[in-house]
Amino acid sequence: MPFHSLGEIEKHSREEGKSFFEVILEDDINERKTTREESLNRMHTMWAAMLEAANSYDPELKSNSGLVGKNGAKMDEYQKKGKTLCGDFVSQVITQALQMGESNACMKRIVAAPTAGACGVLPAVLIPYYKRYQETSDAIVEALYVAAGIGQVIASRAFIAGAAGGCQAEIGSASAMAAGALCALRGGDTRQIISACGMALKNLLGLVCDPVAGLVEVPCVKRNVIGAMNALSCADMALAGIESAIPSDQVIDAMREVGEKMDVSLRETGMGGLAATPAGQEITKNLKSRKF
Amino acid sequence: MNIFDILGPIMVGPSSSHTAGAVKIGKVARMLLGAEPKHAWITLHGSFAATGAGHGTDKALIAGLLGMNPDDMRIPDSELIAEQQGLEYCFQTKYIRGAHPNTAVIRVDDGMGKEVNMQASSIGGGRIRVNGIDGIHVDFSAESPTLIVNNEDRPGHVAAVTSILAEADINIATLTLNRGKRGGKAIFVTETDLDIPSFVVEKISRIPGVLKVTYLNA
Repeated sequence: MPFHSLGEIEKHSREEGKSFFEVILEDDINERKTTREESLNRMHTMWAAMLEAANSYDPELKSNSGLVGKNGAKMDEYQKKGKTLCGDFVSQVITQALQMGESNACMKRIVAAPTAGACGVLPAVLIPYYKRYQETSDAIVEALYVAAGIGQVIASRAFIAGAAGGCQAEIGSASAMAAGALCALRGGDTRQIISACGMALKNLLGLVCDPVAGLVEVPCVKRNVIGAMNALSCADMALAGIESAIPSDQVIDAMREVGEKMDVSLRETGMGGLAATPAGQEITKNLKSRKF
Repeated sequence: MNIFDILGPIMVGPSSSHTAGAVKIGKVARMLLGAEPKHAWITLHGSFAATGAGHGTDKALIAGLLGMNPDDMRIPDSELIAEQQGLEYCFQTKYIRGAHPNTAVIRVDDGMGKEVNMQASSIGGGRIRVNGIDGIHVDFSAESPTLIVNNEDRPGHVAAVTSILAEADINIATLTLNRGKRGGKAIFVTETDLDIPSFVVEKISRIPGVLKVTYLNA
């Protein structure tokens, strides 16, 4: 049975003296009735696909609607001048998040993590980390298990789809997954990983899903940036020993409650929030003229 | 959901429901036809109709009809590939009462007498449910091995099919039977844990009163 709470994962980890990664890997082996080797190979495939997706970014491409594209290239150019407020590493994170979000909008191949709309968050933190710290792909793959284990608990206790629970369920979940993954990469223990995850989700609680014209473009691409930045800061806070005052499982439950209370116009219907602004409606009207 | 439902699928963007799921719907329609599609009439309902153009839902459905998978990099060029391979298609939008917001109806033929009419919905995360075949209600995901038996609505077919599966030591996960009108045509769908060998499928297709057997194994 996949874990229904982060508390259970912590309990297993503590009682069996295993890392978060080992607990999730063993659960996957049991759950899918597979071997350690097959599971690890499959996760390596996911990581390879993320790297390939990053490499295939096309700086000239615009989406079908023309709404997004080219901004990842702009950010890259600016960052290379060395004058960013955020510094090199964080600027690379921003660049990667934009590029992956744009690639997705432009029908390139990506890895949904946990969804296509939030596919930029995990690679945005993992790829620059992998390059800067010359990390092994084995270590990154272990961190991906941590991310997946967190996502699984969120999916089981709440939701990971914008239509079900708003953007907090997509970018929020991706951010919580990335925070845990980063914490694991930096040698954080299970408790710290869980704190990082809880804090990340808390910070994005209430975020609505309000895509203009219902497309995974505005504001989705840029929200991948905030998901990634939030993951970095929460991982650092957790590694500093800061804990979430509200236990992370209860944060997930709160996310569910908030999502359920969210008006349907704010859950991926393209009817509220940014989608309902005059500018958003103007864009929608212009796109509607392009019918089947 | 297993961990690779969370991290994954590897897919062509931008939307798991409007793109990846749409590719799967097209692919299942192709498999149900059991031949190279020549003409397709595609009806889009709900969010598929409203936002499909921007999500590439049209390209995705055609890609699926051409036999592509959701991670195929040629999906954005599927219209061109359809032209090269002689697949003609048209789209229309229509409100379908009671249907899931992301629903497509595909009527497809091979130009040589074979034709199938399928309704399916994309339910999120790239997963789909097929809800109708040739006007008869069905409900399956096409994720596990699935056997679809079109038969005359007469007693004994279910028993005949299940006993052949039992003989072959194949465990049934789900089983549903639906029919149009009494004594007319019925569709029997069973999802199994294990792959069904071709000789078993062959044997089932020889049961008297069985009109057609389709075996889907993605």
